Amino acid sequence: MNARDTTPPGNTDMSDPKRHYVRPLDVKHGRVDMGHGAGGRAAAQLIRDIFLAAFDNPYLRQGDDGALLPAPGPGRLVMATDAHVVSPLFFPGGDLGCLSVHGTINDVAMMGARPLYLSASFILEEGFALAELQRIVQSMARAAQEAGVPIVTGDTKVVEKGKGDGLFISTTGVGVVPDGVALSGAHARVGDAVLLSGTIGDHGVAVLSQRESLSFGTSVVSDTAALHTLVDALLRAAPGALRTLRDPTRGGLATTLNEIAQQSSVGIRLDEAQIPIAAQVEAACELLGLDPLYVANEGKLIAICAPEAADTLLATLRAHPLGARAARIGTVTQDAHHFVQMNTRFGGKRVVDWLSGEQLPRIC
Amino acid sequence: MKYIDEYRDGDVARRVGEQIHAEAHSDRQYSFMEFCGGHTHAISRYGVTELLPDNVRMVHGPGCPVCVLPIGRIDLAIRLALEHDVMLCTYGDTLRVPASDGLSLTRAKARGADIRMVYSVADALALARAHPGRQVVFFAIGFETTTPPTAVAIAQAAREGLKNFSVLCCHVLTPAAITHILESPEVQQYGTVPLDGFIGPAHVSIIIGYQPYVAFAEGYRKPVVISGFEPLDVIQSILMLVRQVNEGRAEVENEFIRAVDRHGNTKAQALMDQVFEMRPSFEWRGLGEVPSSALAIRPAYAEFDAEHRFGLHYQSVPDNKACECGAILRGVKRPTDCKIFGTVCTPENPVGSCMVSSEGACAAHYTYGRFRDIPVVTA
Amino acid sequence: MCLAVPTEVIALQPGDQAVVKIGGIEKTISLALLEDVTVGDYVIVHVGHAIGKLDPEEAARTLALFDQLSPGNAAQARS
Repeated sequence: MNARDTTPPGNTDMSDPKRHYVRPLDVKHGRVDMGHGAGGRAAAQLIRDIFLAAFDNPYLRQGDDGALLPAPGPGRLVMATDAHVVSPLFFPGGDLGCLSVHGTINDVAMMGARPLYLSASFILEEGFALAELQRIVQSMARAAQEAGVPIVTGDTKVVEKGKGDGLFISTTGVGVVPDGVALSGAHARVGDAVLLSGTIGDHGVAVLSQRESLSFGTSVVSDTAALHTLVDALLRAAPGALRTLRDPTRGGLATTLNEIAQQSSVGIRLDEAQIPIAAQVEAACELLGLDPLYVANEGKLIAICAPEAADTLLATLRAHPLGARAARIGTVTQDAHHFVQMNTRFGGKRVVDWLSGEQLPRIC
Repeated sequence: MKYIDEYRDGDVARRVGEQIHAEAHSDRQYSFMEFCGGHTHAISRYGVTELLPDNVRMVHGPGCPVCVLPIGRIDLAIRLALEHDVMLCTYGDTLRVPASDGLSLTRAKARGADIRMVYSVADALALARAHPGRQVVFFAIGFETTTPPTAVAIAQAAREGLKNFSVLCCHVLTPAAITHILESPEVQQYGTVPLDGFIGPAHVSIIIGYQPYVAFAEGYRKPVVISGFEPLDVIQSILMLVRQVNEGRAEVENEFIRAVDRHGNTKAQALMDQVFEMRPSFEWRGLGEVPSSALAIRPAYAEFDAEHRFGLHYQSVPDNKACECGAILRGVKRPTDCKIFGTVCTPENPVGSCMVSSEGACAAHYTYGRFRDIPVVTA
Repeated sequence: MCLAVPTEVIALQPGDQAVVKIGGIEKTISLALLEDVTVGDYVIVHVGHAIGKLDPEEAARTLALFDQLSPGNAAQARS
C-alpha cells in the first residue's frame, strides 16, 4: 500500500499557492470506479480515506512499498495466507472483513505460533459501493485491534464490472512459534484424545440463512473469532502434550479430521453423542438436508493431545470464553485405511468420509 | 426437535434390535428391500445395520429419483440451459449427476449456463416473476411426494398468466417401480423374487395412502410395512416384517400411523390429476423402459411444458457397460459385486445411477458402510 | 420418500402460506396441499410445501409401540 500522495486534504487557505480543492470521497453514495485502481490521486485518496483511516498504525504510517518490521527474536517463523470470497458479504455475526482477519490469525495460531502481523490485499469490483467497503474495512480494523495483530501492509486493485463478485480479500499473517512447540497434522498418535472447542455448524448455517432461495428465520450467528488466546492457554496448560491443532473451516469437522487421519496415517473413532451442536443449527440442517459434520466453522478448533492431558486441556478450553462448550469427541485409532468412524447416537456405526463435491441442500 | 428426536432414541433402538435377534429364526435368511432412498440414507447414516442379526439383510431399492433419472433427461436440461439460454432452476440433488459429453449441470454452469439451485419450486416461480425477460424452466424430478408441489406451481402459473415459466417434467411413480422389481428377469429365473418383504416409502405414502400397496402384498404374497423416516421407525418396521414372515402373513401394515392413512392426501392427488397425465412408458436409468411409470403435463397446461415450448426430443443414452446398477437397483446384486465400485466409480466420479446421489445403494455403501468390507484393527 | 420434516405451524398468512417452526428455526411455506390447518398443528414439510398433518395421538401410540416387546402384542401394530 503506497500512501505517497502528500497533497493535504482540503486545503482551503486562499493565500496558499499550493491550494487546490480536493473533493472529499463520497462514501455514502460513491462507488468504486476504474480510477481507484489506477495508482493516481483517486487511488491514493481511497487508500487514505478508507483503508489508512481504519487500519492506522506506525507501520502503515511509514508509507513505503513494504512494511519494515523488527526481527521476531528466538523461535521459528510461521506464515499463512488465505483468500476470502464468502457470499453474502454480510451475515449474522460477521462479514467478509472480520472473517478475513480471524481466518488468517487462526491459521497462524494453529501452528502454535503467536500471530504478529497481517497484510491485506483487496480486489474490488467496479461499481462496488464505498459505504459497504468502509463497513467491511472498519470491521477488519476492529477485529485486528481486538486481536492485537496490526495490518501493516496491503494492496488494492480494481477489476471491471462482472469480473469480481463485489470484493475479494486476501490476508497473509506471520507469527513466531516458540522453541519446544511442534504442532502438526502429522503428529497424531494412536490413543490420543480428540477435543473440540465448541458447537459445530454455526457459521455455515448463519451464511446459508442469508442466501436468497434458502432463507429462513433464525438467531444463529456465525462463530467467527480469533483463537490465538485460546491456543496460548492450551500451550501453557499442558506443554508437550499437544500434537495437533486445526480449525475446521470449509468442509467442516469431517473434512479436517479426515485430513489429519491421512497426514498422521491413523484412524479416528468419534462418539456422536459428545459432539456439541446448537439446537437451531441442528434444525436448519434437518430442514435443508445437510450433515452438520460438513458445515463450516470459523471460531472453533480441534485439539489432538496425549490422553493423560485430555482432562486438563478440556478444563482449559471450558475456562475460556471461546471454549465454553468444549468436549472430548473421540480417540485416535490404529487404521490402515485412515477411516474416520463414528459411533452414532442411535447405537450403530458409520464412516465419516471425505466430502464429495459440494454439500448441497437436497430433496431426498 | 419434536417428533424427530424421540424416534432416534438409542436405548429403545437397542431393545428393538434385541427383539429382532430373539424372533428371527436362525435357520433362514430374511431379505427386505427398503424401496425409498430416504430409508437407505437413514439406515446408513444412523448405522441401523449394526443392530440387526446377520441373517436379516437390507437390500437397497430404486427409490431415489435422482438415481433413476436417465442420462438423456439431464442432457435435455443441460441443452435448455446452454442452447436456449434459459434460467434452469433445479433441486440441489441433480447438480452433479454425470450426463453426456462429460457434462453435468455444475459443469454446464462453468461453461456459462445459468443454473440456479432452488429449495422449492415456488422459488422458481418467484424468479420467473422477477425476470420477465428471461425464460425460466424448472427441472422437476421426484416421486409422488415431490409431484404435488410442481402441480401447485403450474396451476399458479396458469392463474397468473405467467408467460416465461415452464417445467421439464421427469416425475416418476412408486407403484410402477415396485411392480417392475417384482417382475424382473430374476423372477422368471428363480420363479420368485429373492426378497421376503418391503419397507414402504414414508412420504410418498403420505400422498398416496397405503391402499396402493395392498395389490403387491396380495398379488405377490409379500408383506409390506409402511415405515416412518426416522431410524426407530425403520428398525421397528423390520421387526414387523420379520414377524409377518414368521407367521406366514403377507399384509400391508402401517408403522407410520402418525402421518399416513389408507387414502392419503386426496387434495394433493386431485391437483396432480388436474395437471398431469400418465406417460405410456418412461425410461428409468438401470431399469430400462417401464410402462405407466411417469407423468407428463396435460395438454391443457401445454404452454408450461418445457418439452413442448422448446420443441425438445428425448434421446436415450446407454449406461456404461461395466455398470451393474440395473441389477443392484433390482436388489439382485450388491454394490461390492460391481467390478468398478469404489475404483473407477466413486461418489467423486460417479459412473452409474447408484452412485450419483447419496441415497443410491452404492453411494450409501461407499460413504457410510465400506468400512465393513475391510477388516479394521482398532487400538 | 425424501427429505421432509415435522414442523409446528405458528402463524397463518394470506395466499395459502404459513410460518412454521422447527427447533427454533422459522420458515415460510405453502399450505396449498392441505385444508383446515390451524396454528398449533404439526405439518410435514417437503420442498417448501406442507404435504400432510402429523397426528399427535398416533405419534404417541407409535412411541408406545416401540416398547412392546412381546410377539403377542404384534396385533396392535396393524392398522
